[in-house]
Amino acid sequence: MFYREAGDFKTSYVDDNQTFPIRFDRYRYYAVLVAAFAVIPFLINDYWVNAVFLPFLIYTIAAIGLNILVGYCGQVSLGTGGFMAVGAYACYKLMVAFPEINIFFHVIVSGGITAAVCVLFGLPSLRIKGFYLAVATLAAQFFLVWLFNRVGWFYNYSASGQINAPERTVFGVAVTGAQTAPWAAYLFCLIFTVICAILARNLTRGMAGRKWMAIRDMDIAAEIIGVNPLKAKLTAFAVSGFFVGISGALFFSVYLGAVEVGEVFGINKSFLVLFMVIIGGLGSIFGSFAGAAFLVLLPVLLKNVLVGGLGWPTDLAAHLEFIIVGALIVIFLIAEPHGLAQLWRVAKEKLRLWPFPH
Amino acid sequence: MPDSVIFGMEVFLNGLMAGVLYALVALGFVLIYKASGIFNYAQGVMALFAALTLVGIMEGQVPFSHLINAVFGTKVHHFGWEVPALLAIALTVVVMIALAWIVNKLIFRHLVGQEPIILFMATIGLAYFLEGFGDVMWGADIKKLDVGLPQGMNSAIDDVTFGIFGYGFFIDNLDLVATVVAALLVTGLVMFAQYSKHGRAMRAVADDHQAALSVGISLNFIWVMVWSLAGFVALVAGIMWGTKMGVQFSLSLIALKALPVLMLGGFTSIPGAIVGGLIIGVGEKMFEFAIGPLVGGATENWFAYMLALIFLVFRPQGLFGEKIIERV
Repeated sequence: MFYREAGDFKTSYVDDNQTFPIRFDRYRYYAVLVAAFAVIPFLINDYWVNAVFLPFLIYTIAAIGLNILVGYCGQVSLGTGGFMAVGAYACYKLMVAFPEINIFFHVIVSGGITAAVCVLFGLPSLRIKGFYLAVATLAAQFFLVWLFNRVGWFYNYSASGQINAPERTVFGVAVTGAQTAPWAAYLFCLIFTVICAILARNLTRGMAGRKWMAIRDMDIAAEIIGVNPLKAKLTAFAVSGFFVGISGALFFSVYLGAVEVGEVFGINKSFLVLFMVIIGGLGSIFGSFAGAAFLVLLPVLLKNVLVGGLGWPTDLAAHLEFIIVGALIVIFLIAEPHGLAQLWRVAKEKLRLWPFPH
Repeated sequence: MPDSVIFGMEVFLNGLMAGVLYALVALGFVLIYKASGIFNYAQGVMALFAALTLVGIMEGQVPFSHLINAVFGTKVHHFGWEVPALLAIALTVVVMIALAWIVNKLIFRHLVGQEPIILFMATIGLAYFLEGFGDVMWGADIKKLDVGLPQGMNSAIDDVTFGIFGYGFFIDNLDLVATVVAALLVTGLVMFAQYSKHGRAMRAVADDHQAALSVGISLNFIWVMVWSLAGFVALVAGIMWGTKMGVQFSLSLIALKALPVLMLGGFTSIPGAIVGGLIIGVGEKMFEFAIGPLVGGATENWFAYMLALIFLVFRPQGLFGEKIIERV
């Protein structure tokens, strides 16, 4: 009833091509933005920020990045953890080397550096396809983690081998270091997430995104109609690396503050982000949000129920979490291989017809 | 002869032995990939699960004892009997066959016709599930596995090499056993695939699902059989690795060691898995021996992947893989 195109007259091409063509969607989107920027910062405390909001926002950026590579361009990558580590270490080196520059720019430059590394490891994708490529990206994962672990220059020869984020401020408010207020960290990440999402959404429906999708659907056919596979694949790797690098930089500087590379950016991180993309929905920006939210909330929820509610030992709860996550992934793939985003699409389709389904 | 050459030879031999162990894991991957086009990431976890089950049965552990204790507040842990190794292995085989049946019934039957990437994801989900399931069932502590395989330095080789070079090579008995077992296993699998009725059916399915169906081969049966075979290979690998380094979580990571082996040898070739395993085993040990100290060590983590990556750029289907033909 309220969810209709009818009566919402488009008078320009810009209107015609907007992301949310239905009025209700548009207002909902504005409402979410207002709530995220103007309401939530006043309500949250330390626990909520560190357990839910920061991981959700940061993983969303990583999931968007990986979604561009896997969902839009069809190049399966298992090296996300390694690329996040590149972002984190680039951000650390920049923060220490140029303390007078705003951290905002450090994070963006870290994304750029990660994009370059990602392109380098993306080069074999021109020859290797499918699973061979997926396994080949594991080379990046293991090599990069090893590199940051073994070469002292990257962690400034600190005795523990860890990197620690020094305190940095934006407009006089600390966003990294021990003195950070929860709302400041939250807003800092939120700004990046929103910018990345808007950027990704517009990239993927423009020429670049259409080229990626052509390559994904059938690369030889795409080549014949004039898509340059070299450029398309490498831009996908670059854009994906940029987002993943930003998320790695934020993960280190704002969320954790101190990082030991093998522990934080190991192969499990790669799989986690890949799961977010799959569960959320391949080739969907909304899916990246949904997948990240799902896999961030699920462990928190399970832990609260099993350990807090039933009083089971934590190791048992951790194992059960493995079982449940694994089972859910399989169930999801069987029931809806296109992920949460597809459920959302179906729900919207139904809503458009409601309450008269014919 | 200079010392470094002799050490190098010892490293080379040990690399060959390690390669055999990698190849054992890689074999399981190849079997499933060939017959059903599923890239089974859970192979490593299956090895862990098989080893856990074997130890659990041998020691007479109560399955799910942690869970039972947490729910009912009891304190059960062991039945109080011990099962001989051979019987326990037989029981574990039964468990692995049951697992194969369940996996096919509950997961892969519903995913027929899906894209390979979806199937791959499903196996990762399965890997997570099995990992948690194994831990809940048998407990997550590190266990010792001893089915009576010889271990320790082989003194005969030590004596002979000492007589020739004046320096005794260290070769683990267990590695020798693993080599023999791997050779038997591969011969057995090849014979099975070439000459038995079910083996032929398996190859037919691998060639073309629909053609195989149309001549009356049951896809379900073949898939369960292949997963059971892969489970059996996982059990053998689990016994070897479990005896070598204890049954613990890191056992499942051997799957990651097997992946570059597969890339090098080709996903579809059984001899490729063996040759790839040997190349990787020797390559990474020699690289660590020669270059490792210069760059800070622990190069084994990534060397195999880099080698495979560079190799693939020149030969995208691996050493023995079928040529990839693409049509629009």
